Formats: sequence, structure tokens, C-alpha cells
Amino acid sequence: MARNREALVWLLDVGPSVHHLLPEVEHVCSMIVQNKLLHKENDEVGVVLFGTEETENEDAKEVGGYEHVFVSHSIQVVNGDVLETLQHLPRGPVSGDFLDAIVVGTSMLIKKFGPLYPGRKKLYLITDASSPIKGSHGGSQEEQVKNLAAAMSSSGIKLESIVARGISGSDADEMVIVKNDRILNLLSRITCAKMTYVESPTSLLGAIRIRDKFPGTIFRGDLEISSQLKIKVRVYKKTLEEKFPTLKRFCDEASHPDELCGVKVKHQFKSFGDDGQIVPSSHEVTNGYLYGPQVVDISSSQMNAVKFKPEKGVKLLGFTDSSNIMRHHYMTDVRLFIAEPGDTEATIAISALARAMKRMNKVAILRCVWRKGQANVVIGVLTPNVSDDDNMPDSFYFNALPFFEDLREFKFLSFCNLSASLQPSEEQQRAADELVEVLDLGPSDHQEELAPDFTPNPVLQRYYDFLQLKVKNPDAAVPPLSGALRRITEPDPEFLSRIEAIIEAFMRKFGVREWHIHG
Amino acid sequence: MDMELDPDEVFRDDEDDAEAEYFRERASTKELAVYLIDASPKMFLTHSPSEKHMKDESHFHITMSCILSSLKTQIISRSYDEVAICFFNTREKKNLQDLNGVFVFNVGDRESLDRPTAKFIKELSQLEEKFAKEIGSQYGIVAGSRENSLYNALWVAQALLRKGSARTADKRILLFTNEDDPFGNIKGATKTDMTRTTQQRAKDAQDLGISIELFPLSEPHKEFDLSRFYADMIGIDDDGIAEFMSAIGAKFEDMEYELKRRMIKKRIVKTLTFTIANGLAIEVNTYALVRPTVPGSTVWLDSVTNQPLKIERSFICADTGALMEEPTKRFQTYQNMNVKFSVEELSEIKRVSTAQLRLLGFKPLNCLKDYHNLRPSTFIFPTDEEVLGSTLIFVALHRSMLRLNRFAVAFYGNPSHPQLVAIVAQDEVKVAGGQVEPPGMHIIYLPYADDIRPIEEFQMSPENPVPRASDEQIDKAAALMKRIDLKGFSITQLSNPALQRHYAVLQALALEEDELPETKDKTLPDEEGMSRPTVVNAIDQFKHSVYGDQYEARSSAGDDNMSEASKKRKASAGNAVKECENYNWAEMAESGKLTTLTVVELKYYLTAHNLPVSGKKEDLISRIKMHLRK
Repeated sequence: MARNREALVWLLDVGPSVHHLLPEVEHVCSMIVQNKLLHKENDEVGVVLFGTEETENEDAKEVGGYEHVFVSHSIQVVNGDVLETLQHLPRGPVSGDFLDAIVVGTSMLIKKFGPLYPGRKKLYLITDASSPIKGSHGGSQEEQVKNLAAAMSSSGIKLESIVARGISGSDADEMVIVKNDRILNLLSRITCAKMTYVESPTSLLGAIRIRDKFPGTIFRGDLEISSQLKIKVRVYKKTLEEKFPTLKRFCDEASHPDELCGVKVKHQFKSFGDDGQIVPSSHEVTNGYLYGPQVVDISSSQMNAVKFKPEKGVKLLGFTDSSNIMRHHYMTDVRLFIAEPGDTEATIAISALARAMKRMNKVAILRCVWRKGQANVVIGVLTPNVSDDDNMPDSFYFNALPFFEDLREFKFLSFCNLSASLQPSEEQQRAADELVEVLDLGPSDHQEELAPDFTPNPVLQRYYDFLQLKVKNPDAAVPPLSGALRRITEPDPEFLSRIEAIIEAFMRKFGVREWHIHG
Repeated sequence: MDMELDPDEVFRDDEDDAEAEYFRERASTKELAVYLIDASPKMFLTHSPSEKHMKDESHFHITMSCILSSLKTQIISRSYDEVAICFFNTREKKNLQDLNGVFVFNVGDRESLDRPTAKFIKELSQLEEKFAKEIGSQYGIVAGSRENSLYNALWVAQALLRKGSARTADKRILLFTNEDDPFGNIKGATKTDMTRTTQQRAKDAQDLGISIELFPLSEPHKEFDLSRFYADMIGIDDDGIAEFMSAIGAKFEDMEYELKRRMIKKRIVKTLTFTIANGLAIEVNTYALVRPTVPGSTVWLDSVTNQPLKIERSFICADTGALMEEPTKRFQTYQNMNVKFSVEELSEIKRVSTAQLRLLGFKPLNCLKDYHNLRPSTFIFPTDEEVLGSTLIFVALHRSMLRLNRFAVAFYGNPSHPQLVAIVAQDEVKVAGGQVEPPGMHIIYLPYADDIRPIEEFQMSPENPVPRASDEQIDKAAALMKRIDLKGFSITQLSNPALQRHYAVLQALALEEDELPETKDKTLPDEEGMSRPTVVNAIDQFKHSVYGDQYEARSSAGDDNMSEASKKRKASAGNAVKECENYNWAEMAESGKLTTLTVVELKYYLTAHNLPVSGKKEDLISRIKMHLRK
């Protein structure tokens, strides 16, 4: 599909201040290329490095300047060479100028495609933006940035930047950072670019979307507040699990060692013979449903004729206090409700409802039938997603709720009815409080750690690593998780050692030395 | 008979299923339950539960209605469990041992302890009316007689439960009575003797792995006194009595609700080791408190014998056609190479953590966003069975997390599906007499960055700031919310209409009823409430503040837009009809010349005849030929 095609140019900082991050950069960029090789073979990519010793770019040749910007791969259809380059990025000796790199990348895209390219054009900047920007090539810097942004917008180029902070080895100049941030902010505001700050190698891996799919709606139409008021909306999937790839089976017999031989799967009906033996069923097959031990003989087409058939539509049942809905009742992946783009009144109506819900601590209960012919209704809860970005509309999250039949109301012993020996003493409670407070991953003077939005799936990452190893060596062993990925599956030992005293106190209070695990 | 064999539906790949299965509930063991119901005249006394209930109700009636509703749930969701219904203190007797005062209810050729059938449930629901006539109520333990109906009842129940091994089945006796002193009428040595033998009987049953659960029914002004007899019989000490009684909820009007909840056996999905820190791990049981119930899938039957069929899967080598074992290797085509993986390597890739559940740290509750969700949550509750002190530590962390408004982040190292999870502490929530939310923690499965889509970013408009609601508009929306407020909304109010319909149809067919029942969809909005003038007014005001006077005009304009699009479609259809006439389709199809036409030309015919225009050229041609043949 043309609209899903993409031309991507990497602008990678390889200057001294980011050397320690390059392994993660190499890793994440190769994963994107690998993914394209697997699923999007027609996408085109280019690689621009900055902070290199050499200078090699068209702009330098034509107008001069743009030093230390090195086009290591011109834009071409994705291939193994690009992957090779990205896996072995050079360590540059100079501090790079990211603005120069953006200019070079932009002109590469414009020259290569002109306005007619049907897919998306994207620049991907990864830098710590801690080195000073060179003086402008005429005109004030701000003006230069504005011109650049205008050029990008008019040719439909999107910029995504990942700015690493707080993990930089060298001491960066505060002034420079503030100034650079202002430039990046200006640029991203004008071009609607996405800018992400990351503070750990793990979130650097998570900040970059490996597969950037264009989302499809699951519903377009009216959000029916009542028969008198219908608001035009679109509904998208906000979360959708990226599954482990399904691989094909093959026959490993010695008779055909060279060709990869496929395997067919055959399904056959068998019935239990009189003697208990299973025999292939020779008879016609029909189907029925189980009701207790009884088989009710009704075919699926007959069942279809009498079954529940709801009408398509999304209707409001009412509003209720958010405390009436339990967080652990959310059933599935999440949907996003957004006003029909371009419909000013719908956008305002959604905005008013979302903000009023937030103010009053209310949620809305909806009854949804997304498609015609859907087998059942979905009851769910709308919660407000109020945006503080001027360019981003307010919207709602939608979570499906269980029906009465989906709940199992088991009864559990009340903790206050536990016998005294199972109740923590005051001292023990204090130790627990302290542990919960200190083992903190939340945002404080640093970024929230392991935020889902910045945490990559370690299994998928490992799979792609392994795939790449296997290409070179079919007998390669499964690689261990890299340090950045291990932070997802186990706590950071450095962090733990900093709070060792508190953990020890906790263990002591609960008499851990006497601990034993039977069997 | 009409038959659809949709390969995707019927022969779904097991790999998908394995995972789905894991998140559903595994019924590793089945349950065998004997409902032992006291039918003494005292059970039939009616009590007026409260002012609001007009009808007086007897304990017997409450018990029967609880059991019926439990059986109805069971036949749908746990149909492999087996039940027996056994009354004691009856006039008639019916049991294999031919003991007095005990009546085992059954229908047709069903075994006494068996899976519930539609007929069984139907007849049980009609039993109460004819109970006096057919079974009769009569005190079974009276002075001067050595009859002991309670002893007999336990004996019969135990004999019924002889079926199945204790390892693969949960065996339960559920005893319903309102008599806290069954031997109250008897005096002296006889009483001591009868008490002792009855308790021994109960102990024997328990030694055989049968659990005896007591469902005491208190009278409105007199609480059931466990200490008189039953505490000893079911084995609870003095401390336990208060705990037990508080767990029951003594109020008459809550009785039905509480009984129903206690009747469901808590099923543990798994026991997990929860590593808090290196060298410190506790054990927790996991429970699936919320899982979607779906209508049972079809079973395949032999149309001649009507016996269920098994579907067998076999693997065939595409080259030699030989039958083979399930292959243990997989491949992925990548950069024009076939990269091979063994099944072991694939599972090694997924083994990213050695711990089952490993604590990583804590975060403030507001870090858990509404879109951080993928599937239903799992409940955890501590167990001291293997690791002493688990409950103590769990309770301490639970309290700290509640007090500090924090949730735990942990890594769940499930071998097939390792995942980052949030663990949220849930405080106990009680309403008058009942537990609504149990105390414990909920595991919420978090998405990874790969699973979250930046939808909002696609909707950003670079040039202008997007429109926002004004304060006045927000006020109007807030006023509207006050008018359409579902006070005290609870998800327990909504039944699944598709499921209700499905099982109502099956039940009617299973009972061979002639007419299919009507089922009501309770998920529809309350039209009546919505048309109340105050509500209509609030909606109008909000509408006016957002849309001005333009709403009606806009919606009719919307219709115009629609008609413009359809005008276009109509125009192209008209064009197609015209173009279509330029070809002699029948002749071209005859001579096989259709292939010489372009796809655009072929579509003229299809559009003109209202046929679908999708598919490859060959599809279009065959569709045209099909149409011409008619």
C-alpha cells in the first residue's frame, strides 16, 4: 500500500559525547532496518552521520559549510548494506551540529523525491544536543530555523527527534543545552515534529517505534449522546499487542537437504469406534452445541438465524462517578475516541465533555457495536484524555468492561480478621513503608523509569538480535539480554546497592534469615 | 443439513489457542458437590425479611433459589462439575442405603451424582410447590427414637461422593440448615451418643478428602449459634467462630447474596513465587476474577450416530507426501535466506527472566494510565502453605502501597508470554453485610512501547491550534452530566445479551420446548429517562452552546454530502451502463476473449450489473461468466 510506504533518513550524532550510547543506537536502528527487510521491503532509507572527521554531503559541495556531516548512505531501497553500516557506526572525533544534519537530510529527501512521493517522508534525529550550534549561514538563527521548518512542512517531511539527557558522560554546558532545546522546540512546534527526551539506554530502545503502522479506524460515525445529539467521531486502537512472529514449519528429513521443504497440515475427523478405537469418520459431519452434558443438535447456520443481532452504533448509557468503575475491570486492549478530523464542532463537543468529565471526576458508560453483524455488544467506559498540547485535540480512552457473567465473586478473608501472628507489627509496617517509598521508579528529579511508552519488548528485541546472528552463523546460540534490556526483567543492581541498607532492614524486620522454602 | 467448514474457525492453530487458554481458566480438576438441605418443618417457617419485601420467605425457599441460580450458572460455565441434591428430615425416603429421613432428588436416567442437565434443573425449579406432597417435611430427630437423620444424611452424601478419585476431583458437601442444635430435643446419654457418632461420621468424611461446608441460616432475631454443635463438627475453634460468622453476614435480607457467593468454590489458577528482593520471596495464589464468558463453541458430530467427533491433525511433507511427526523446526525468510530455528531456541528466546514474578519497584498510582491495558487482570492473594510468612509480608506491603498511593511494577516471567505488569493493591470494599471487592492485589498486564500506538500524533494539525471548548461549553457539559447520572452504577447490573440469548435458545431446544423464548437486551440506553424534559433540556443547552443553531442544518448538510458521494457513485454507474453496452459480453465470454479486456473495461460490466468489483482480473472474469450463465 502506497500510503504505508516510507522514506526514512537517519541523522545520527556520533560525536564524542554520545559514544557510550552508540551501542543502543546501533541496536535500535538495525532493528528498524531488519523489520523493514522482513515486512516493508520497498521502504527507502538513508544514513547521515554528524560529528565525523570527514565531510561528505551535497550541500557542502554546493554552498560550502556543513562540515563534519557525512552521508554514509544515500537514500536507497532497504538492503543488507545499510544494516551493516548501522551495526558498525564510526565513533566521530568532533561535536556534531544537529541543525546542519537536519538541513542535509531535508535536502536529500527533497532532491530525491520532490513532492510526488506517495508515502511518508521522515527524518529521524538521535542526538544528545549538547554541543553548540555553529553560527548561521546568513540571517538570524531563529529565522534560519523557521525557513527550514517551512521547507519541511511544505514538502511533507516529518522530523522525529530523540534527545538523550542525563546519561551523557561529559559535562555539557547548561547554556548550550538551553539554547539547543529552544531550537528543537521551535522546530518541532512549527513542523509538528515529535520530540522525545530519554534518560536511560532502556528508554532509548523503547522510544523508537520499530514498526510504525498507519492506524486504521475500527469505527467511524456517531457517538450518540441521545437521539437529539450525535457527535461525529473516529475510533482507533490505542494499544494492540505486537505478537511474537509466527514462523513456518518445514520438513527436516535427510532426503531433501538442499531445498527447504514445506509441511502441509491436514485435519481429519475421527470418531470413537465401538471398541474404543479411533477410526476416520466416514459419515457426514454436522455440528451442535453443548448444554451441560447434552448435545443440542443445531447447526451454526440455524443458530445464526435465532441468535442475538445488535444494530451497529455507539450509544451513551450515561455518566457515573469514576469511583464506580474499578481499574482492574478493564478487559481488553484500549481504544481511542477522537472527533472527526476537520469537524470543528465535534472537536469542541468532545473537548467540552472530556474537560467536564475530568473536572467532575466522571466517566461515561457506552454501549458499542462497531461493525454490522458483530456478534455482541461491548459495554465500556470512556475516560477523558485531555491534551495540553495546542496542536493536539482532546480525546477519550475507551476500555471494555465485563458483563455480570464475566465476574467471579470469590470471597476472601478480610485482612483485619487475620490472626495476630499474620499482622505486621508497627515496626514491620514502618520497614515496609520505607521500602515502598525508596524502591521508587516514579518521576521525581529524573524521568519515570520503565514507563510502558518507553519500554521495549525484550523478547522481540532478542528475537531480532538472534535472527541477525543466525544470518551470519546458522549455529549461533541465543544471545543473552543486553544490559539495557535486563533493566526490564530485573532491578538495577546499582540502584539496589544505593538503598541496600533499607532492603536489609526490611529483611531483618521480617526475619528473613529463618526463611525456608519447602519442597 | 447445511454445513460450513471454515478451516480458520474450526482448525484454529494451536499456538494461538495455547495462549488464549492460558488466560482463560484451566479447569484442572472437576468438582463433585452434594447439596445437603435440611427439610425440617422449621425450614418452612416464613420470616418477613424487611419492610421493603412484601412477601415472607422461608429459609427453604431461599436455599432452593440459591442452588437453582448456582446450577444455572454451572451448566453454562462449568458443565463438567457434578452435583447431587439430597434432602434430610423428610417424610419419604429415597437413597441407596435405604436410610430413613433422607431423600435424594433425581430425574430420568441421570445418576444421582452427575452433571446437571436441563431437565434436572427444570424439575428442581418446580419441586418446591409439590414438595409437601411428594417428599414431605418431618423432624427426623425426636425424643424416644434412635433415628438420626443428620447422621444418615452425611452417610448418604459420603456414599454418593465415593465416585472419582480425591486427586482429580474436589469433593464437597454443602450443608444448609437453620437448626443450630440438632439434638436439642434429646437428653442424657442418648444425646451424647448421637452427637459423638454424628461428629465421627463427619470426621470420617473429611478424612476421605471431602470438605464439609456449613451454610447456617439465621433467623431474623436470633443468630445461628455455632458453638452448640456445628463448630465441633466442621472443626473450627473459638477464634474461628467469630471470623466464620462475620464472613457469613448475619442479616436476613443479605442471606441470598451471601450464600451465592460462598457456594462458588475459589479456584486457584496458579501459585507463583513473588521475588521481593534477592533472597526474599513469598508465595501468592492467582485467581481469575474477571474473564470473558463466551458462548460455547460448536462440537462436531457424526450425522449418522450423532456422536461427538474428534479432530486429528497430521503433518505431511510437501515434497514426498509422507506422513511425519510434528516438525521441531521453524523458518523465517529474511534477506532471501531461510533462517532456521528450533522449537527449543524459540522458547529460549522467550526465557528472559528466571523469576516467576519479580518486583522491580514502585510508582505513584497516577503513572498507571487508562491506556495501559491489554487483557483482563489477575487477582493475587498470599498463601503460607509453602512459604511461611508470605501473608505477613504481603499484608505489610499491601498496607504501605494503599497508604502511599503506589503500585508495584514487576516482571512476570511466564514462559510463553513474559510481560511487564503493574500490581495494584485493592483494599477490601464492603457494603451492608457483603464483600464487594476482596482485599489483595490485582496484576494488570502492561503494554510495551511496541504495543502502544501514537494515534493522537496522527491527528495533530501543524498550522493551527486545534479548537478547544470554552468554559461556558464545559459548564454546559457538566450540567448535562448531572442530568444523565447513573447513580451507583455497577457492572453487575448488566447481563451479556448475546450469551443470555444463546443459552436461552439452547435451553429451550434441550427441553424440547416448541417456542423459542424472548430475551431482553438490558444494555440499551434508557430511552424513557433520556426523553425526560429536564434531560432533553440539558442536552439542548449543551448542543446549542457547541453547535449554535447550526446542528440541524449541519446534519442535513451531512446528508447532502452523503448524497454527493452517492451522486458520484450513481454517475459512474450510469457511465458504466453506457460503456457496458459497447461490448458483446456473451459472445466474448463464449470465445474466451474476456481476457483481452482491461480491468477497467471488465468493471463496466460489473458496475452496471451491481456486482462486486473487488479481486484480481481472473476473479472479475469468472464473476462475469457466472452472471452471464444465469
